[in-house]
Amino acid sequence: MNKKTPLIHITKRTDIPVSRSILIRLAAVIIALLVCGLITTIVTGLNPLEVYASMIKGSFGTKRKVWTLLQNISMLLCIGLALVPAFRMRFWNLGGDGQALMGCLAASACMILLNGKVSNAALIAIESVAAIAAGAVWALIPALFKAKWNTNETLFTLMMNYVATQIVAYFIIVWESPKGSGSIGIINQRTEAGWFPAIGTNKYLLNILIVTALTLIIFVYMKYSKHGYEIAVVGESERTARYIGIKVEKVIIRTMILSGALCGLAGLLLCAGTNHTLTTTIVDGRGFTAVMVAWLAKFDPFVMIITSFLLVFLGRGANEIATSFSLNKAFGDILTGIILFFIIGCEFFINYKINFRKSEGKEAR
Amino acid sequence: MFDIVSFIPRAIAQSIPLLLGSTGEIITEKSGNLNLGTAGVMYVGGMCGVIGAFSYETSGKPMNGLLSVLIPVVCCLLGSLIMGLIYCFLTVTLRANQNVTGLALTTFGVGFGNFFGGSLIKLSGAEVPSIILTNTSNFFRTKLPFADSLGWFGQIFCSYSFLAYAAIIIAIIAGRTLRKTRVGLHLRAVGESPATADAAGINVIRYKYTATCLGSMIAGLGGLYYVMDYANGIWSNDAFGDRGWLAIALVIFTLWNPTTSIFASILFGGLYILYIFIPTGTNLANKELYKMIPYVVTIIVLIITSLRNKRENQPPEGLGLPYFREDR
Amino acid sequence: MEERTPALSMRNITKRFGSKVIANSDVSLDIYPGEILALLGENGSGKTTLMNILAGIYYPDEGEILIGGKPVTIASPKEAFNHGIGMIHQHFKLVDVLTANENIVLGMDKEGMLDLKTSAARIKKICDAYGFEVDPDEKIYDMSVSEKQTVEIVKVLYRGAEILILDEPTAVLTPQESDKLFAVLRNMRNDGKSIILITHKMNEVLSVSDRVAILRAGKYICDRVTSETNAQELTDLMVGHKVSLNIDRPEPVNSKERIRVKGLTVRNIDGVLKLNKVSFSAYSGEILGIAGIAGSGQKELLEGIAGLQPVEAGSITYVNDDGTTEDLIGKDPLEIAALGVSLSFVPEDRLGMGLVENMDLADNMMLRSYRVGKSVFTNRKDPENLAKQVIKELEVNTPGVHTMVRKLSGGNVQKVLVGREIASAPTVLLTAYAVRGLDINSSYTIYDLINQQKKRGVAVIYVGEDLDVLVELCDRILVLCDGHVSGILDGRTADKQTIGMMMTHIKEAADE
Repeated sequence: MNKKTPLIHITKRTDIPVSRSILIRLAAVIIALLVCGLITTIVTGLNPLEVYASMIKGSFGTKRKVWTLLQNISMLLCIGLALVPAFRMRFWNLGGDGQALMGCLAASACMILLNGKVSNAALIAIESVAAIAAGAVWALIPALFKAKWNTNETLFTLMMNYVATQIVAYFIIVWESPKGSGSIGIINQRTEAGWFPAIGTNKYLLNILIVTALTLIIFVYMKYSKHGYEIAVVGESERTARYIGIKVEKVIIRTMILSGALCGLAGLLLCAGTNHTLTTTIVDGRGFTAVMVAWLAKFDPFVMIITSFLLVFLGRGANEIATSFSLNKAFGDILTGIILFFIIGCEFFINYKINFRKSEGKEAR
Repeated sequence: MFDIVSFIPRAIAQSIPLLLGSTGEIITEKSGNLNLGTAGVMYVGGMCGVIGAFSYETSGKPMNGLLSVLIPVVCCLLGSLIMGLIYCFLTVTLRANQNVTGLALTTFGVGFGNFFGGSLIKLSGAEVPSIILTNTSNFFRTKLPFADSLGWFGQIFCSYSFLAYAAIIIAIIAGRTLRKTRVGLHLRAVGESPATADAAGINVIRYKYTATCLGSMIAGLGGLYYVMDYANGIWSNDAFGDRGWLAIALVIFTLWNPTTSIFASILFGGLYILYIFIPTGTNLANKELYKMIPYVVTIIVLIITSLRNKRENQPPEGLGLPYFREDR
Repeated sequence: MEERTPALSMRNITKRFGSKVIANSDVSLDIYPGEILALLGENGSGKTTLMNILAGIYYPDEGEILIGGKPVTIASPKEAFNHGIGMIHQHFKLVDVLTANENIVLGMDKEGMLDLKTSAARIKKICDAYGFEVDPDEKIYDMSVSEKQTVEIVKVLYRGAEILILDEPTAVLTPQESDKLFAVLRNMRNDGKSIILITHKMNEVLSVSDRVAILRAGKYICDRVTSETNAQELTDLMVGHKVSLNIDRPEPVNSKERIRVKGLTVRNIDGVLKLNKVSFSAYSGEILGIAGIAGSGQKELLEGIAGLQPVEAGSITYVNDDGTTEDLIGKDPLEIAALGVSLSFVPEDRLGMGLVENMDLADNMMLRSYRVGKSVFTNRKDPENLAKQVIKELEVNTPGVHTMVRKLSGGNVQKVLVGREIASAPTVLLTAYAVRGLDINSSYTIYDLINQQKKRGVAVIYVGEDLDVLVELCDRILVLCDGHVSGILDGRTADKQTIGMMMTHIKEAADE
């Protein structure tokens, strides 16, 4: 019979100082970066220091790269912010990709179909409304079923991504230009109709400013508004919400419309703001990465700036390495995965305490 | 004209990755672990098999039939086992959020598959233009010898390779084990109520680890089947697509029953390739819309499932929740 | 007394949770074969923790356990079974979707195919030996609470337990069911088994146990032979100072009909009839008690009045002071409030329904009031002040208004909830199991608060489980049996046995 005393004994922490929890997370990120460097070295044979150097070069090497970095951060952050209200409500919206893609589609449709028919200002207004509405509708569909029959939203929103991809694929063939190319090309390249204006000569700045404002708005909305409070109550306990007379179905639908609308906005910014085209991969899986951005930051909009920076930085750094070694770009996903494992795992050390039992003592007989 | 005799074998071939994926996920979920990383696991499973086969094919030695099947299978099982272990370590030992861990696993796994898919040749320094493992694939695709002599019957029932039959056998065994054996009973108890299982003296952590790792390995075989059999040994990035997610959706559709999954997978396999069989003429755009069918059907299935709320049809009660014995 | 070897001894057991909470401190305790030991203590005194250590759920930080005189380590529930220790938990450890038989054989050693025939035969043998009734093929979710408990006990005996631990087994039983359980326990004692009974009900201790051990604040206080002690002594030992066991019952003044319920019929989601033509009235300035076995329709009744439960038929009418009436059927809580009806509800599930455990006190106060005003933003000042006021007036023990509710003890949680609910000066107060899980002092605070509301002229509906309290506190007692009203008694003359009978028998009442 086993009479051994357990060597490790785990207990739940009741409280942990904020500084300590920040330290643990920081340590996790650093260890993860070290592991990433090590793996890169093994794969490429590079000196680890060079690995980090080229990662930094990938993000900060030139002025252009810095702007691209900021643009990527703001796009990722935008979808992340869109997901915050949904996640706070414990609604697992994995459909950020599809909702943003529908936003892109709506914006492109306006740009293509209304080109030359209305003034540029009107076109921008119409395409903005259309994109935001399209994102909202795409999120509304699963929300309705969740509210009415508690249909599993995780897979529903996910499948909506693929449906959106196919719809976009359909329209790309319908609108393809030139015919037979299988792509749309730059929309309204000559007239620039429906393009968001560049501030000065910088086409990214407007997007970045919009997302910055959005960060503040979401922060205030979640923390100080009555809607934000209702979302928090519904997320914590639907029964409590009903008990105090909150109409849970209404909150679910309202919040998902908001979440989808903001994803649609991200799509609009991508399409009308920077890329001026439509492809099935224009959102580039940001809907998933944004889940991580939001979750790692514990849904705090300001912390999300840091987490989205971390993930974008890593992705671009890995890209740089991949390009210079003519390796596949998916290398970034591997590094991102590793970083995520470490950050996810480190939560344990914040919530639990490990006690090592002394090998001698009165238990030992 | 809709060619049913060639449609059914293709639907079945298409269904095998889904069947393996959903069987693996059912076993995993029965232990209370919701592994949203199945897509990633299947990529890693497939890629590891490719790496194994690639090294064996390019080693220059004459190829032995048994070894050229065994090496990829073992590599695939090892790779997906490691994925299962990562998931378990994070969610069971470190009690991390299962949804987020699953998504991270997907990111990692898909990245792993695509990275090596795109860089394997460069990394190994082999002098081949692309990863085409036709030789290995031919061993994998060895059919029953009498299949061709049986006409349409042979084509529909006997024209598959060993992994396809293995998938169906695995599903049947998994179904029986869950229902009829003590291990199955214990596993169900762990998924339904880990505290109860623990109090009854069942090693909850061991069951969760074993079930999840086993589930991952089965799912990983789905990735291997896809590349070695369905895709004739040709790896192309992102070709595996969303089958991992469809496999997870199938779990709900089958109400956590691997035997039902055999038929559900064939149904979905059929939906998946339906667009090829629907005559569209020159209208390529419509074809894109037909490709939507499996997802739309999945959504409809999700809705219908949510309308039924019989007690036995619910997911395991402990699904998605971490277990800590001393929680108070 | 002759010298016997204890079946089980605990020596200097200490168990801590986190750095601050000491659940058990240096506890030593013996139990002998053929003995029923009652473990008595208030909530939070560490009874359950101590027993969970024996059952292998927790591992002690210090101390030693001896079985039959030999030191042992119990690192898991499995090892506890191997040592012949079986525990019946307060929250049953049963898998709902499995059958009784499957639950009983769960975790047993042999691998391979399930042999449910053999086990069913063994279950029958155990049942016959001690007088249980179990249908091995019935699913747990189809069973009543007392049937589930029987399955739990059979499960433990099936594993050959010699030492049985029962954690508050009667909390969910009717007096009749409790008596049946005690009879079985005596059978098992006479068979030489050791039984530890965790409880805080004094009358049970006195009627069934041979010996009483008392815990207070995690420490072992003393033990007494049951036949040589009495309720007052035990209570004083348990609480640590002299307490009065009387509950006030002021005479109702100026009572007027406030809530009139007629023919109320409710079905749950599965279509099962939960309330069947229930009719009664509640008056201002009185406490109407509701007695019944758990799940007899109490929840549906209160939630029906509060506007949280869809109703199939019947009427619920609110009577204003001037005699005008409001119809409450089919209205949600907001619409009821809009009628000017001030209705407060202290639900059974405090942290799952009444409060949000992951929010602080101030935010929880805001649940009722956040809608006030036209602004899109919430007003945080008033709830914060209310929280401060409740903390002061009800003596809530908390570090401050910004502490998460989940960090408070059960008694303090209930004070916060009741404090918020009476702050809106209700005319109707609905309470469900208001003192469940509370220690004696907190319970009396709650009784006082309810009595204060009664004196203010509030119509109080008090759903309770402890019949001793119901007959002392309530002016009238409505007895529910399986969704029917089996009678309404005068609290001053009602006795527990009659109520117990009415809780299980509807025939006479339904036929009238």
